[in-house]
Amino acid sequence: MTIPKTYKLFIGGKFPRTESGRILGVRGAKGEFLANASRASRKDFRNAMVAARKSQPGWAATSAYLKGQILYRIAEILDGRSAQFTEELGAQGLKAPDADVARAIDLLVHYAGWSDKFQALFSTVNPVGSSHFNFSVPEPVGVVGVVAPADGSLSGLVSVLAPVLVGGNAAVILASGGFLTAVSFAEVLATSDVPAGVVNLLTGLRAELVPEFSRHMDLNGILLCSDDEAERKGAELEATENLKRVILKPDQSLSPSPYAILRTQEIKTTWHPVGT
Amino acid sequence: MSCVLALFREIYCTPAVAHELFAFPARRDSPTVDSVGLEERAARFGARSLKKETKMSALRLAVTLLDVTTLEGGDTVGKVQQMCRKAMQPLPDDPTVGPAAAVCVYPRMVPVAAKAVENSPVQVASVATQFPSGQMRLKERLAEVRYAVGEGADEIDMVISRGLFLQGEYREVYDEIAACKEACGEAHLKVILETGELLTYDSVRYASDLAMAAGADFIKTSTGKVPVAATLPVTLVMLQAIEDFYERTGRMVGMKPAGGISNAKLALQYLVMVREVLGPQWLTKHWFRFGASSLTNDLLMQIRKQETGRYQGGDYFSND
Repeated sequence: MTIPKTYKLFIGGKFPRTESGRILGVRGAKGEFLANASRASRKDFRNAMVAARKSQPGWAATSAYLKGQILYRIAEILDGRSAQFTEELGAQGLKAPDADVARAIDLLVHYAGWSDKFQALFSTVNPVGSSHFNFSVPEPVGVVGVVAPADGSLSGLVSVLAPVLVGGNAAVILASGGFLTAVSFAEVLATSDVPAGVVNLLTGLRAELVPEFSRHMDLNGILLCSDDEAERKGAELEATENLKRVILKPDQSLSPSPYAILRTQEIKTTWHPVGT
Repeated sequence: MSCVLALFREIYCTPAVAHELFAFPARRDSPTVDSVGLEERAARFGARSLKKETKMSALRLAVTLLDVTTLEGGDTVGKVQQMCRKAMQPLPDDPTVGPAAAVCVYPRMVPVAAKAVENSPVQVASVATQFPSGQMRLKERLAEVRYAVGEGADEIDMVISRGLFLQGEYREVYDEIAACKEACGEAHLKVILETGELLTYDSVRYASDLAMAAGADFIKTSTGKVPVAATLPVTLVMLQAIEDFYERTGRMVGMKPAGGISNAKLALQYLVMVREVLGPQWLTKHWFRFGASSLTNDLLMQIRKQETGRYQGGDYFSND
């Protein structure tokens, strides 16, 4: 006997159903019914925002070393469950699912390594004309909304999440494709020592949720993987009200780079007086 | 000679409106509380949904019912002054929101607060009677009440002696409250029951009856200094006590839930409950208050949200 799995959301370290009670039927490559996923509402997003805001300062204060360890731990747990992910991705119609899972694990290890190194790369000591020791360091922007690529690949999801996470930000992710793997990946996060609320994952429709992401005054940045001009412009317009950072990317997996971390960092410059 | 003068003062200088004192109520006269039914009824108030104009007017009302509170060892003159300004005009760019009903501070901060809210409708409330424990001789506690009133407090938030109450020395508790009421003079007296330490709903009910009979103008749930503070069920018990007292004596007593009411949604549930148990005449700052410190900003954020359609962030509202 098989027990069909209930795919729920991931908010504040818990797996609640959407408060709206709505579902999205997920179908496989041949059109066969696979499962129902939750169709997150705007209210679910706001709940996720509250959880993310609460957990973000603690995550930012976590030592770079530990953040790296935790990202590495995600890779470990994911590796242990790679068979499940391969199967789920294949059922949802993704080509070469085993390579995709391997790539997702590689990405996590890649960013785990950057955890205590990117600061050195992006910090500067600035020459100034007064008797000050002047230096700039990156700091997390805060809570970042991430709209993952729509192709539903696991590597796509990890490629946008990992750089945000390793930089000390909390994330609210909208998976707009590959719902089943996205929720299963949240299970991996929940068992990898990622503090509750640091990553929150919603499954739902872009048209409904992306404008809400952009409008929310408490969101500090939005990373949007989209090829839809209207969606991109809408996000930019709505974001002007609180001048949140808008990062627009093509609707595909992002290649690994420390500069991906820098995108959700704020540069803080300190002027420290020194004697002559 | 001085003795005669003191007598003269006592006879002729007492407040014009002598407070009404009702006979000491026996514990057996207070009804027992059906806790299961009570909690279910209270939970149902939480299931109401207020939308659009109703929500907006409830939010605006809630702001005017706030006792904006700071009761910390680290309170400074600057912090209290800033809080007072916020109480007078909670949203700097919208004078139609607020003002809050009162600011609530420790006795030492009363002159600061009184000066800051001068010529505004905002009242100054002061905790007294060795808040929050009340563990001190009555003489000193009364002196503290007089000091706070003398410094300009319009309202006094006293704590009852929970120890005496739990020991069954109800008469002493009653006498203490009556003595505090007398010491208050013109100032309004809010009696904090500290329901989290009274253990049962029955005790809360009797303590409410006791406080009202002894002359309380308001009964208040908690100090906010113990882990269990205001809850909907405990407030419901007190509202029922107020209702019964009003029916019996014709005297209205105010209600102030305090502690733990940190978001607007919860605050609106309290308003719904007061409206249904006591009626709309209780929904004014004269008869209902929220004791809260972080509730203010959540109310303001919700008001802004209703106006703009955008969910707000803490970055855009002042902390104090």
